[in-house]
Amino acid sequence: MGLPVMRLIGCDLDCVRGDRKVLAGLNFIAASGEPLAVTGPNGAGKTTLLRLVAGLLEPAQGTIELAGGAPELTVAEQAHYLGHRDALKPALSVSENLQFWQAFLGGDGAPVASSLDAVGLGGLADLPAGYLSAGQRRRLSIARLLAAQRPIWLLDEPTAALDTAGQERLAELVRAHLAGGGILMAATHGSLGLPAKELRLELQSSPYAQPAPFAQAQHAPSPRGEGQKSGGR
Amino acid sequence: MHPLRALLVRDMRIAVRIGGGALMGVLFFLAVVTLTPFAIGPDLALLRRIGPAILWLGALLASLLALDRLFTADHEDGSLDLILMGGAPLELAVAAKALAHWLTTGLPLVVAAPLLGLLLNLEPAAIGAVVLTLLVGTPALTFIGLIGAALAVALRRGGLLLPVLVLPLTVPVLIFGVSAANAAVVGPVPFGTPFTILCALTLMTIVVGPFAAAATLRHGID
Repeated sequence: MGLPVMRLIGCDLDCVRGDRKVLAGLNFIAASGEPLAVTGPNGAGKTTLLRLVAGLLEPAQGTIELAGGAPELTVAEQAHYLGHRDALKPALSVSENLQFWQAFLGGDGAPVASSLDAVGLGGLADLPAGYLSAGQRRRLSIARLLAAQRPIWLLDEPTAALDTAGQERLAELVRAHLAGGGILMAATHGSLGLPAKELRLELQSSPYAQPAPFAQAQHAPSPRGEGQKSGGR
Repeated sequence: MHPLRALLVRDMRIAVRIGGGALMGVLFFLAVVTLTPFAIGPDLALLRRIGPAILWLGALLASLLALDRLFTADHEDGSLDLILMGGAPLELAVAAKALAHWLTTGLPLVVAAPLLGLLLNLEPAAIGAVVLTLLVGTPALTFIGLIGAALAVALRRGGLLLPVLVLPLTVPVLIFGVSAANAAVVGPVPFGTPFTILCALTLMTIVVGPFAAAATLRHGID
């Protein structure tokens, strides 16, 4: 395999939201080509975990590193975050929305037109995004992952609002991303349509809960994992 | 396209398509300036004397109108998350948004000012001075407002607080803007003295504003 192997390592993560401890002592590894499904009941911290990795929340303790990534970039700058909110402007057309994110997020991804084709929005490029249905908006958000090339995909309930065909397309795109050496972390209640390692989060019972046992992620990293902050070799 | 240019173009495109910001500001400006003579009465000498102050006051209030949506709109639809994750430094991204906001709401006020100056019986020299001071001073208003707009994201109901937080900071800009415009017409201070201070204020806010706003956004987002 000529592809570089990257590993996203979260080590001893604590996160406190509004005086409540959401994550306690969490460890995980997500490696190139091995999808990691984050599961758990509502409120267990799935979104919180993805937002921590995306750099949108600060962990109270612990580190998140990308071993084998670009050393000059932070983890967040190498990650795509597909959240509940779709970051689309109703006043702009479908292709203008995508063009903006392609230019802003940088990287050399697929051209806008072929990204739209890949998610089945090829014929709607000139339609204002305000007219899209929820599922179409979701597809347009997914097109963003293709239009700007980034190695880590953080997907939060990616199949929400997608029809069966859309879910199949997404599974295909995810498979292609993984085959290209990409990393995938997806918070999901359903199935991703492909076999994935499971990281199960549990509800933290009290604000000062004991650190949770290792979640079922296999081979937890040594406490001082390899790789410095934001990558390195 | 460069990321910051893309952000600038996007924000301007949205502002032009929706049409709210620029038009609303100019209409508000027009309303303030046209109603003043009715309130004061047909005293042309008085209008001429206080004209620059009225124009500045109208422009200041108009430039604060659409400010609270500057970041909250991006926050609500999730764009702000992605802007934080982009490769461009947040300070510069914030500055690009401020520039787009000024070009679409501040600059139209400057363009409208000469016309409104006529309604206040201003002489050509006074109109020129007011336009010049507004051109230099309104960016300062936008970049000061930037800090308040970022706080509107961080604080719940920050939009309500925004004028309270921002207006005191705009007072120096107002003072030196109006005194420069007056100095050009009646003296006794030379125009250059208050005008240079106004330029300095603007340059300072352009540097400080984006840093303060970016710091606020980093802590305010959740």
